[in-house]
Amino acid sequence: MSELAAHDAHAHPPGFAHQFEDTVQQKEAGTLGMWAFLVTEILFFGGMFTAYIVYRSLHLPGFVIGSHLLEVQFGAINTAVLICSSLTMALAIRSAQTGKSRGTIIWWLILTMILGAAFLAVKFTFEWHADYVNHIVPGAYFGFENHAAWGANAPYVQMFMCFYFFMTGLHALHMVVGLGILTVLVIMTSRNKFSPEYYTPLEISGLYWHFVDIVWIFLFPLLYLIGGRYPGS
Amino acid sequence: MSTATADIHHDPVESNVNYLNSSYGIRSWLLTVDHKRIGLMYLAVLTFMFTIGGVAATLMRLNLVEPQGALVEPETYNKLFSTHGIIMVFFFLVPSIPATLGNFLIPLMIGARDVAFPKLNLLSWYLFVTGCGFAMFAILSGGVDTGWTFYPPYSSLYSHTPVVIMALGIFIAGFSSILTGVNFVVTIHKMRAPGMTWFRLPLFIWAMYATSLIFILGTPVIAITIFLLALERLFHVGIFDPAIGGDPLLFQHLFWFYSHPAVYIMILPSMGVVSELITAFSRKKIFGYSFIAFSSLAIAVISFVVWGHHMFVTGQSVYAGLVFSVLSFIVAIPSAIKVFNWTATLYKGSISYQAPMLYALGFIGLFTIGGLTGLFLASLATDVHLNGTYFVVAHFHYIMVGGALMGYLGGIHFWWPKITGRMYPDMWARIAAAIVFIGFNLTFFPQFVVGYWGMPRRYAVYPAEFQFLNILSSAGASVLAVGYVIPLIYLTWSMRYGPPAGRNPWGAKGLEWTTQSPPPTENFDVPPLVTEDAYNYAYAEAPHV
Repeated sequence: MSELAAHDAHAHPPGFAHQFEDTVQQKEAGTLGMWAFLVTEILFFGGMFTAYIVYRSLHLPGFVIGSHLLEVQFGAINTAVLICSSLTMALAIRSAQTGKSRGTIIWWLILTMILGAAFLAVKFTFEWHADYVNHIVPGAYFGFENHAAWGANAPYVQMFMCFYFFMTGLHALHMVVGLGILTVLVIMTSRNKFSPEYYTPLEISGLYWHFVDIVWIFLFPLLYLIGGRYPGS
Repeated sequence: MSTATADIHHDPVESNVNYLNSSYGIRSWLLTVDHKRIGLMYLAVLTFMFTIGGVAATLMRLNLVEPQGALVEPETYNKLFSTHGIIMVFFFLVPSIPATLGNFLIPLMIGARDVAFPKLNLLSWYLFVTGCGFAMFAILSGGVDTGWTFYPPYSSLYSHTPVVIMALGIFIAGFSSILTGVNFVVTIHKMRAPGMTWFRLPLFIWAMYATSLIFILGTPVIAITIFLLALERLFHVGIFDPAIGGDPLLFQHLFWFYSHPAVYIMILPSMGVVSELITAFSRKKIFGYSFIAFSSLAIAVISFVVWGHHMFVTGQSVYAGLVFSVLSFIVAIPSAIKVFNWTATLYKGSISYQAPMLYALGFIGLFTIGGLTGLFLASLATDVHLNGTYFVVAHFHYIMVGGALMGYLGGIHFWWPKITGRMYPDMWARIAAAIVFIGFNLTFFPQFVVGYWGMPRRYAVYPAEFQFLNILSSAGASVLAVGYVIPLIYLTWSMRYGPPAGRNPWGAKGLEWTTQSPPPTENFDVPPLVTEDAYNYAYAEAPHV
């Protein structure tokens, strides 16, 4: 009885949830929860990566043709953009950890959002538009100028492009979710929810953001760089 | 207001406030974050889905009374067995025990106020209900005819039914499983009461932990597979369809990578329940605690490397088949360890035969038959003959119904006094348990024989010489249906008219029995402190009923 009373009387920091005993337990639970969720995400992408790798090994010539149709410069720019966004995300967490002002945290978060949005802008407005114009979007108008040149590989070029759009599309969807999470974090920061003692939402959102970046780090070489793009290879 | 937990021998002065009556109104349920209420909300939805799947099964069995089909067109029959399989697997058995008893019991058993993420828990329920909504919509708009396995090209090229809607339902319900798994793993890791070490955990918790691991590692793969299938259907692009370069075997690999571990999602929780029931009604400490605990984890791990035994006759290489065959024999070992430990627990126990114990004993017998016939199917040579016959149907129904469902019913009966605070009429419960056991064996044992004789599954018609056994099976299904309706009646009756149960009607050990029935919203009046091992029945009190 006395323990319960003590529990209720105890002054809780902001963001403390009733089911926990203390903030340490809450922080550990939140962090473990995010790691466990990221494991499910790895398996989620993993199914698609497996399918891609199986077909890549079965139909390599078609996949190489498909890969060379992609706009590698946009993929390269986006890789740099995403790596920078991971840095700014880490700096936002670091600012909260060391007790920097709300403004500093919000500045790093918004910079992260700008980089994330830049990634999506390059992807949707430049890259996918170019793909559309070049008739490499799977469907009725797929690659009709080149069908003769591709010969028997044509179905596998189209299959490669399917995987390209599914995998980068799923990744982009995760980016959009990440931008939503960052928006919530900006609002929470502006309401002074975080302190050097409590910044778990920032930290575990950072885990998610870095995870989405890492997925791209695997996607970029898998999709854009197969079959040797360099002269002479 | 409360008493010390040591005083449970005497009827303590019970508070009238509990999780059921602390607030009223539909909003207080639909917006609740209380794990106990969420568990009950799952129970309601699951009972509904079970009824739908059961109706489909009943219609199938009626049709099979006559060799030429007594009731429906073959196309309708295809939809009936697909509906039965999809609903029972994805919308009943997979969530059954974890979502109801798991949700209700995990925090109570480990001495926590709630699960680690209560709002996420509620979100899981809403995702599940949304998934059920899509599935029901697909059924009401004609139903799918793909079988529960969705093999392309049956599900891509040759199906003109709402496959995408059904797939979307499974996809969404899958996320409910994933989030539940994450929630349970974190809860079991981080929310245990002081003194509740890993090896003092009830074995039900170990089983739920192993199940959650499979939720986390397996369900995302089926989600992405179903997603790819839906994309193939929507955009007519080649992923699994061989006509445009895809490989249908890849679908089967990805599908069974989840769906074989999913078998253990269904059976592991029941094994956990049976471990609790056997000890409570033998009044004896469990035999080989750590063997049972680790065998749950072993099953969870090994279950991920046996999927190829579903594909022995699909053109998989013989060498892969050999490896999968050996691994499938290996996964039988931890299951056998459990059966031996349960029977060793019974030995020289002080056994009483209340209804939950009848279900537990039924489980051991039926699961053993189901498990041993599984070895016939894991052997390459016999599988070539038995694959795709009613022998397979009988085998997995012995596991899924004789095992998983018996454990579910036993668990519901065992913890019903804790959930509702009321006792049900034990005599009716024993009669129902006996009817379920008899009806089940009458339904499915003939299917072993008829399958061995060569009757293929999934056909609306069959040669006339199989009719006698099919009539037996259909008669058994009717008995089984009666066995399921009786508990529905007396359990509902007991919620209002049953005698109050008290804290611990079975004289069982475990933290959940130390709090009042039904528990208060915060679960415990005094935060529990655990000082003894699980199942310390040497010092247990006598049962109250």
